[in-house]
Amino acid sequence: MTADYKKPLPYIHSETKAYWEGAKAHELLIRKCRTCNRHHFYPRDLCPSCFSSDVEWIKASGRGHIYSFTVCHRPAPSFEKDVPYNIALVELEEGVRMMSTIVECSNDDLKIGMAVEVVYDDVTPEITLPKFRPVSPPARERS
Amino acid sequence: MGALTRKAAIVGVGESDLGYTPDKTFLQLIAQATNRALDDAGLQKNDIDGLFSAGWLTMESIMIAEYLGIQPTYSDNTLSGGSAFEFHMEHAMAAISAGLCETALICYAETPLSDRKRGMARSFATGAPQEPEEQFEIPYGQWVPIPTYALAAQRHMYQYGTTSTQLAEIAVAARKWASLNPSATMRDPLTIDDVLASPMMSTPLRLRDCCLVSDGGGAVIVTTAERSKNLRKKPVWILGCGESHTHRSISGMPDLTVTPAKLSGERAFRMAGLAPSDIGLLELYDSFTITVLLQLEDLGFCPKGEGGRFVEGQRLAPGGQQPANTSGGGLSYLHTGMFGIFLLIEAARQLRGECGDRQVQPVKTALCNGIGGNLASSGTVILGVD
Ligand SMILES: [Zn+2]
Repeated sequence: MTADYKKPLPYIHSETKAYWEGAKAHELLIRKCRTCNRHHFYPRDLCPSCFSSDVEWIKASGRGHIYSFTVCHRPAPSFEKDVPYNIALVELEEGVRMMSTIVECSNDDLKIGMAVEVVYDDVTPEITLPKFRPVSPPARERS
Repeated sequence: MGALTRKAAIVGVGESDLGYTPDKTFLQLIAQATNRALDDAGLQKNDIDGLFSAGWLTMESIMIAEYLGIQPTYSDNTLSGGSAFEFHMEHAMAAISAGLCETALICYAETPLSDRKRGMARSFATGAPQEPEEQFEIPYGQWVPIPTYALAAQRHMYQYGTTSTQLAEIAVAARKWASLNPSATMRDPLTIDDVLASPMMSTPLRLRDCCLVSDGGGAVIVTTAERSKNLRKKPVWILGCGESHTHRSISGMPDLTVTPAKLSGERAFRMAGLAPSDIGLLELYDSFTITVLLQLEDLGFCPKGEGGRFVEGQRLAPGGQQPANTSGGGLSYLHTGMFGIFLLIEAARQLRGECGDRQVQPVKTALCNGIGGNLASSGTVILGVD
């Protein structure tokens, strides 16, 4: 946790407050529609599948796999010191896809299909970013 | 065949000064391109009653009309990214067919290269805070567009075994066309090894998988079938159009290997009563090499997953079986941010037989496909000449 965190932070509003409060409490909350039983991400007041307003928050298992990833050699603003860094699309067990970063894994070891689980990065006192790490970290090269 | 096919035609095209234009604003470039397109058609400014434009400034089309000194009675500011002008073609065709306007101007210019050098660059990296991407993607260091297209390329490689060498074939073919185009920015020879040795931008995309950054603008004049018959150049018929968008943020893309060109292409082919085998020339959006590969599959020129093998052996290059992106494309001709208007200009010129060293012979039909946003929007336009 750093007080001088300079990277972009989410703007939190009524539709996303529970998600970010969940992250702060180290829980990954996603929306599930009680009418059609589908999950969705990012959270919305109306189900994007059937437009029902009967959508609940559920605690996701936090497990999933890498759907795709890229290692950025050119940074987004304020990520200059991190280059090369990865961003990944993680598909959760519940079937929804979210963007995140894979940690505790060398960029060279990233693979699509790799099983990952959520970890929580408390980047400021208010904001926690859900990130993911390999479920079974690849064996480190002996040096 | 759709009721709208051959109801409207492109009758004039023009570009502004291109490449690096530090002494000109986008409005100067739009006026220049419009003037050249009107001259190409043999029409006057006051003939324009419909205005179609796309830009990033507030009420930009209103500003453009004032600058040009026109008072359109039909106006459309659809901004779907690089595909906007293919969307405009469909909208103009529909409006003209419905009698809501007679002569449409589609116009656009941007100066991102000069803006960058004069410290006025528009940032793609900061949207409005309430946008979903700002909340759920940007905090992770995502930026548009290179990493988002890289995510699609990586997934395509995983699913179908597509290789960097196959992507490089697309960049090399574009450069060969550019070498035949005196207006192209990058005309020196380029090899597959050069592409593979260029700096990594965002895995698996390297510098030469990515389009250029250029200044420039273009204009296209569309009018009724009736009026098109008595103008300076032979009409380039609008045979079919289609448009679609399937998501905005890359994490919202339903399948990273399928673009909305699948939907827009099906609609355009249906309207035209044609199939991919009927198309002589392709002008596909080449923001990145992967963009071209995905469109070839989604538009039905090869099966899904076969794009990599399809482009091997320089199939898209001069002399290849499937000539594509004959200006040199966004990869080697120029790319101003929204390349779609240049696809239409090049296709019209090819169909009229005006392209000199890079002329494709014989060509009666051309397909233009614009892609915008994070592979988010697609507009397909099928054109033909008698
Ligand atoms: Zn539902």
